[in-house]
Amino acid sequence: MNAPVRSRLPEILRGRESAILSEWVRLQIETDGRRRVSPDSIRQQSRELLAAICDAVRHDTSGVITTPEWAAARGVVDRLTHSTLSEGASASEVAMFVFSLKQPIFAELRREYAGDAQLLADETWFANTAVDRLGLYATEVYQKARNEIIMRQQAEMLELSTPVVQLWQGILALPLIGTLDSARTQVVMENLLAALVRENAEIAIIDITGVPTVDTLVAQHLLKTVAAARLMGAECIISGIRPQIAQTIIHLGVDLANVITKATLADAFSVALRRAGATITRAGAQPHAVTA
Amino acid sequence: MDRIPILKFGELLLVTIQVDMHDRLVMALQEDLTERIVSNRARGVLIDISALEIVDSFIGRMLGNIAGMARMLDAQTVVVGMQPAVAITLVELGLSLTGVRTALNVERGMRLLRPAAAEQ
Repeated sequence: MNAPVRSRLPEILRGRESAILSEWVRLQIETDGRRRVSPDSIRQQSRELLAAICDAVRHDTSGVITTPEWAAARGVVDRLTHSTLSEGASASEVAMFVFSLKQPIFAELRREYAGDAQLLADETWFANTAVDRLGLYATEVYQKARNEIIMRQQAEMLELSTPVVQLWQGILALPLIGTLDSARTQVVMENLLAALVRENAEIAIIDITGVPTVDTLVAQHLLKTVAAARLMGAECIISGIRPQIAQTIIHLGVDLANVITKATLADAFSVALRRAGATITRAGAQPHAVTA
Repeated sequence: MDRIPILKFGELLLVTIQVDMHDRLVMALQEDLTERIVSNRARGVLIDISALEIVDSFIGRMLGNIAGMARMLDAQTVVVGMQPAVAITLVELGLSLTGVRTALNVERGMRLLRPAAAEQ
């Protein structure tokens, strides 16, 4: 980097802070990028960030924003990015907020160094690097925050998506919805087995009506779950197999011969009831055993 | 050396594994149990593994083997109370113990074995 021996940027920034701020705010309000944010809060955010930058530049003119002197400025960017993210701002809006600071600073530098092209270029380069880095830092923060949200939602979905419901005394049902991957199947298996112990259930119905596709891996996972439940002394019935899925399973050569499979949850439930020794009767009719 | 106690319960033998199994222990159990099935003329064996929390491939295979030996000596075997973690481990190891009957708890295992004992 070709920074001057002693940059005069700190003095310029401090001396012209309010002029730069009002110009910066005006530019931001004029551009369409930040319509969502009210002019008041733009002014507020800009003042905060500019003050932090002025402060940082006074102590450290290296332009490297990872130093402790820049910690306050980074903190402001952190906070502003998080708050604008929750308002639904895009990554480029976040970056443009920082980048738009260039224009007013450059204007001031041009005024200051009107006669000296060499110094003007040097100072511009320095200011440019610092603002660029700050802008990139803002997008990084934005991305990190977005990733955190995605991870959290994934974890929440995992919790939500595997309910084990009790249909009858000793009969559990596990309605599966959505694509099954290894991580999910593991959770599904653990939940089901834990529920078998907890409810003292002998029969579990795994309903795959909501599973869009079944490939060899998914079939394998299902078979593993059935085998594990059998080892614990419970029986599994797989229900909700759509015609397409039946075709795929056979074409894939997956052997489900040792597993009870039913087309609908209702069929599976009546089989389960029969195994549990219960019968269904219509009110007023003679009791008869349910038939599958 | 430690041994796993085998209790006689009429025509049935009751094995309750209360400690973590190691290879020598399971070998000793295999010997003791086959001896006892013959000497007691047992018709059913109930193995309660509800306290067993860790299995490896050897223990898993031995469980299957013991059940197979008992069947060969004309005694029905039921493995009861397997913990979810143990079941998952065995399945992941590819040991689904086909041919071994299972039940959730001792009570249900007994119910499975009663017809075998009543045959006499």
